[in-house]
Amino acid sequence: MALAFGLLFIVLVAACLAAPIWANQVAKTGPIKNHLTDTVVVDGKKKDVVTPDGIAIGPTFQGQYFFGADGNGRDTAVRLLYGGRTSLFIGVGAALITAFLSVVVGLLAGYFRGWVDAVLARILDVIWAYPVILLGVALGTALSLGGLDVGPIKIDADSKLIPVLIIAVVYVPYMARPLRGQVLGMREKEYVEAARAQGAGPLRIMASEILPNLASTIVVFLPLIVANAILLEAALSFVGAGVRPPEPSWGTMISDGVKSIITAPHLTIVPGVMLVLTVLALNVFGDGVRDALDPRAKIRLER
Amino acid sequence: MSDCLLDVRGLEVGFATEEGTVKAVDGVTFQLQRGEVLAVVGESGSGKSVTALTLLGLSRSPNAYFSGSAWYGDVDLVSASDEQLRRIRGAEIAMIFQDPLTSLNPVMKIGAQIAEQIQAHEEVTKTAARERSIELLERVGIPRARERIDSYPFEFSGGMRQRVMIALALSCDPSILIADEPTTALDVTIQAQILDRIRDLREQTNAAVILVTHDLGVVAEIADRVAVMYAGRIVEQGTLDEIFYDPQHPYTWGLLGSITRVDRDRPGRLPAIAGLPPSLADRPDGCHFRPRCPHEFDACTRIPDLEQRGGGNEGHLDRCWLEPGAKTELREVDGQIGLTGKA
Amino acid sequence: MLRFALRRLVSMIFVLFAISVLTFVIFTVIPGGDPAVRLAGRNADNAQIASIRKDFGFDKPAYVQYGRLMEKVFTGELESYSTGRLNVFDEIVKGIPRTLSLAIGAAIMWMLFAVALGLFTAMRAGRASDRVLTVLALVGVSMPVFWVGALMNYYLGFRAGLFPNGGYVPLTEDPIQWLYHLILPWTALSLLFIGVYSRILRSNILDTINDDYVRTARAKGLSERRVLVKHVLRNSMIPIVTLWGLDFGAVLGGGAILTETVFDLQGVGQFAAESIESLDQPPVIAITIFGAFFIVLLNAIVDIVYAALDPRIRLT
Repeated sequence: MALAFGLLFIVLVAACLAAPIWANQVAKTGPIKNHLTDTVVVDGKKKDVVTPDGIAIGPTFQGQYFFGADGNGRDTAVRLLYGGRTSLFIGVGAALITAFLSVVVGLLAGYFRGWVDAVLARILDVIWAYPVILLGVALGTALSLGGLDVGPIKIDADSKLIPVLIIAVVYVPYMARPLRGQVLGMREKEYVEAARAQGAGPLRIMASEILPNLASTIVVFLPLIVANAILLEAALSFVGAGVRPPEPSWGTMISDGVKSIITAPHLTIVPGVMLVLTVLALNVFGDGVRDALDPRAKIRLER
Repeated sequence: MSDCLLDVRGLEVGFATEEGTVKAVDGVTFQLQRGEVLAVVGESGSGKSVTALTLLGLSRSPNAYFSGSAWYGDVDLVSASDEQLRRIRGAEIAMIFQDPLTSLNPVMKIGAQIAEQIQAHEEVTKTAARERSIELLERVGIPRARERIDSYPFEFSGGMRQRVMIALALSCDPSILIADEPTTALDVTIQAQILDRIRDLREQTNAAVILVTHDLGVVAEIADRVAVMYAGRIVEQGTLDEIFYDPQHPYTWGLLGSITRVDRDRPGRLPAIAGLPPSLADRPDGCHFRPRCPHEFDACTRIPDLEQRGGGNEGHLDRCWLEPGAKTELREVDGQIGLTGKA
Repeated sequence: MLRFALRRLVSMIFVLFAISVLTFVIFTVIPGGDPAVRLAGRNADNAQIASIRKDFGFDKPAYVQYGRLMEKVFTGELESYSTGRLNVFDEIVKGIPRTLSLAIGAAIMWMLFAVALGLFTAMRAGRASDRVLTVLALVGVSMPVFWVGALMNYYLGFRAGLFPNGGYVPLTEDPIQWLYHLILPWTALSLLFIGVYSRILRSNILDTINDDYVRTARAKGLSERRVLVKHVLRNSMIPIVTLWGLDFGAVLGGGAILTETVFDLQGVGQFAAESIESLDQPPVIAITIFGAFFIVLLNAIVDIVYAALDPRIRLT
């Protein structure tokens, strides 16, 4: 069953990746193109894309404006797919960075212990103590005007990398702490001692003995982190601390949709359903992976 | 007989599992007299624990089935209703379990756990129940009972915890105490103390005790009568002396022979009974011990009944087809009772 | 017990300090550009920016800046520049009762439902109803709370007229209306947690019911009801209670922002959301610090309560 949902996720990703094809061949428009004054033929009748009162057309279920249009006449279906690319890029990207950082931090802290561990563990604790959304909001707001400027790293405020990095950092403690715990445990095992006796250096041991054993933990965590990252991006974008307009993401689309929910509920429903399906697929798949690899694991991510 | 507290007849307990029906208890019959200590001895898987649990209805589950009866007064424990059982548990028949650490609620003070049982069966105030709990703890030898009563199980040592369990079991003056491997989880030195407790309390209250164990040393310390179980059946039953000095069943010989004795010469190898107990889902026909018995012969393909054979005392029963004379001969191995290896 | 509590509170103070430093770093150090410009917000003129620079000491070393910022936040003198010099602290205080009404009500609601659902699914483990509810729980976890809230508000409030279309009525003004206006927000917020909690409780109950001490409880002749409540349920709930405390903090520190905005409750969270949208940093700074502080405090209390419930923890 979990596999079916994994497949669903892949289908959704593929659909989003194919956004340009849909945009160019079927809907014949782009994600940020306005069509305020255009008309379209639906069931033989000519309709305004956006009426003079500002009411946008609902789902037509045909090539153009498949899911209708928003207040600016933009094709919702096209935005949905492009928005999906953004949301998925941020979600998957953040999760991968989280995984990478968590492994590095977990390995260093768990293997070298001593002051390295003391420092790293304290940093993890502080990030962990900071409530997830508040941290994301703080970072998002702070970086929204001037971008990121820390030492050699300079990132523009409008870059999609900003939400990626914010979300990645926020979730690091959730993965790094268990990994660190595992490394601490493994360090004392016989095969590590044997490797050390053979003269292997720390890097070698970490790479060949410890890292492979962390693999199952990482694999179990990844789908869950991607799911939560996508949800966090939506939340941040909803409040305005995430993706910047006019770039679509599922979060910004829902945010826009809620503003005009009375006249155009489809603008809220469509991106939301897409988001829920994607996250649900990841959650069910992730659950299945966890049951298969480690049924006794008590991994839980806070919202 | 008014002194017969418990009358178990043909008790059978089976569990439905993926491998088929597992018959944990296959026709067990015995009686328990007031004030006596009956030891039920056997290896793991012999069915002794399941028998004990069944007496209190604690082995009931959706995939278990029962037949036979266990009469306590005019109540058949095997088929009793939940309410009947509830009234008997703790008040008339009490049980102590093997591992006192996991058998006590870890987040509840021990005083509360004892008082809970008292208040479930008797109409007493909380203060009265608390006072009785303190008294009980003192009786089982817990020092500073008045202070310790508000402690948690993890704050006690293993031996102390088992004493708490004994106090718990005795709180409502039961007429039968069932002890399921009470000393297995404890140090040998503590073992002796616990057995002393049980013995003292039996003397004070005249309760009967069913002691389930695999340790013959424990049996020798405290039992009046012994029932030896193998693969779900009682294979021999008698008084302590009869079992230890005049055993009639090859399995009993094997058990006795495998005890290492400090008053004899050291054996070259530790004696053990060859082979393994049968899988409970798939047992041999006839005598269950046949595959491991060096003395088997053609009669052994029929199940021997549990009955008295040969001249010995009434009440000394066994399940072995061998002639009594042959038994006396065959059980002597190197000058003591034992079982030779299977040819 | 007291020693444990004291130790916990002391470590909490260190964390609070670290959080204040982290907040400072987030808002002052890592972003690019001029911090004074950022603080001043959209509509500032050069004179304002210059005075802000002096006030916050951006021309001075980092620790001075940190000191000035903390001083302003904690003495309640922080002002929001872009919206006409509102006092941030006053605004936060105004919003607290609303935010608390939302969070506490939702927390109670989801706990009650989660316990009921957890017990129900545990008792019927493996059967159809159990599986259906597990799937529903997964769906609940996958839905963004603001989306659910918006849709509920629209369909049940605006369209069906069953509930008011957002807004908040203070408890002191009209308790019934207060309740009426909060039911939808509470439900939207609870949906996620009910799913997670009932699954955890179910799993705990199924584990506990096979524990030895439950068998002992039955052997004592206790009624089945007492065994279930006083032994199985009580022990199963202990981990849930701490989770509850932590999530309550998470709601206050995050979920509230989203739900308040959707239902127009004008609480602290909505204040934060509005400030974010207008790129007004001072309120965000203050709310972030206070929010984080409150949650760290709550976590410490939760740990202490856990130790009170489960004495084995006190050894750690």
